Amino acid sequence: MTCNFDAVHSFTIQDIHILLDINSGIVHSLSRMAWDFYQEWEKAGGDAPRAIEALAKTYDPKELQEIHRQFESLREEGMLFSRDDSLAGYELPEDTLIKALCLHVAHDCNLRCAYCFADTGSFGGKRGLMDADTGKRAIDFLFEVSGPRKHIEVDYFGGEPLLNFAVVRELIQYGRAKAQACGKELKQTLTTNAVLLDAEKSDFLNAHGVQLILSLDGRPQVHDRMRPATGGQGSYERVRAGIREYLSRPNSAGYFIRGTYTRYNPDFCEDVRHLVEQGFLNLSLEPVVAPAGVGYALTEEDLPQIFEEYEKLAELLYAYGQTGQEVNFFHYNISLDKGPCLPKRLSGCGAGHEYLAVSPEGDLYPCHQFVGQEEYKIGHVSTGVRNFSIGREFRRAHVFNKPQCRGCWARFLCSGGCHANACSLNRNILEPYRIGCAIQQKRLECALYLQVRKMAGEQDNPAI
Amino acid sequence: MSQGVHIKTINKEVLTQTMKNGGCGECVTSCQSACKTSCTVSNQSCLKK
Repeated sequence: MTCNFDAVHSFTIQDIHILLDINSGIVHSLSRMAWDFYQEWEKAGGDAPRAIEALAKTYDPKELQEIHRQFESLREEGMLFSRDDSLAGYELPEDTLIKALCLHVAHDCNLRCAYCFADTGSFGGKRGLMDADTGKRAIDFLFEVSGPRKHIEVDYFGGEPLLNFAVVRELIQYGRAKAQACGKELKQTLTTNAVLLDAEKSDFLNAHGVQLILSLDGRPQVHDRMRPATGGQGSYERVRAGIREYLSRPNSAGYFIRGTYTRYNPDFCEDVRHLVEQGFLNLSLEPVVAPAGVGYALTEEDLPQIFEEYEKLAELLYAYGQTGQEVNFFHYNISLDKGPCLPKRLSGCGAGHEYLAVSPEGDLYPCHQFVGQEEYKIGHVSTGVRNFSIGREFRRAHVFNKPQCRGCWARFLCSGGCHANACSLNRNILEPYRIGCAIQQKRLECALYLQVRKMAGEQDNPAI
Repeated sequence: MSQGVHIKTINKEVLTQTMKNGGCGECVTSCQSACKTSCTVSNQSCLKK
């Protein structure tokens, strides 16, 4: 039987040797001896006796034979060298349903972040707010088009949604009441810069189960450099105060602090450390997405340092765990046994067919990043989706139809990346943003490493 | 490492088998845009499990 080494991703971090069987999603950690055998086996093109012979002076051949037997047994169980032939020509079903909306309740913002993709809140158009009627029509639209889907989602987004809190409040209540009446489960989230977050708003949001994404980049100088207020002054102190206020309130419905790192702070572990020192424990730090040539944009040359930083971050998180402080870093959470099914992994982000964005005027777009781009307008909340070709194009942009993803070991973990980044940076939805891919791969390796490392700490019998 | 334990399998669920019963569509969307905290699908959970 041939050994399909291309169907396995192997890597080592901090002397922990890991194999990911790409198609089955099964992860194995290996002893040094098993790792050396695997490498030699691959070098020998799958000829096990030759690999054993090559290692005979270093290891006991009988033990190497046993390792080979264990690998063969995993292969028989479909956990090594597994193939995905059955998925050839796979296309997503045509009948996917819209189940999530991003409501742009405010095309305005009280910050002037340098890296904002939305032109500091205006999305390239007029600054303005969504009115309650438009928001309610959007929610009605979602309930209608989601059909039998029980779980549906609304994210209140901007700009800065708290600039339009009266409407947000009304819509949250409206959505909640409608969900109860229809027997659906509506998850509501709000993405905010936290400048206007106070006790009253926090209590309301918590009482209505609204989860928050709170934007804070880390250390004061890092945050203030990229996220000034409208007058140019730093926003760090106000943002931190807002988040602290929120966290001081009872019954948090859940939050993530979401930061961006740029070329100016490749040492972003220090930002994670800073956020933890503030008592913020649910964290996410994202690489900035920016066209080449912009001062803060990440470049290929930055990647080695960034990769090193992600490894450092994994160690840092492990160390926090060892001291009893569970820091929840979003991108290192990985569901190995309770993760999504393969059809979900192939559906990607769902933009354009499961997830749409709504402008303040009620226009529909494939996602929030396309809002304001006339050629991507696909309908209106009053009349529904009129242009179906964009949705079809987005639905087809899954990992099997993207040449770079088709051969990527991370394809079923990542699901193909952000369509909007591909469109804006490469002018091609089928060509993902390369720097983003490289970072994603490293992040996933570190996430897998951390899982194995934690498991090793919990059990005394890891293959480490 | 204890002798004889050379390969430890971390998870058991074979992904390709989920093609049979998966695809109910009830799970949360996984926006991968950095401005909304990109979800790699792998850090999501299945609501059925």
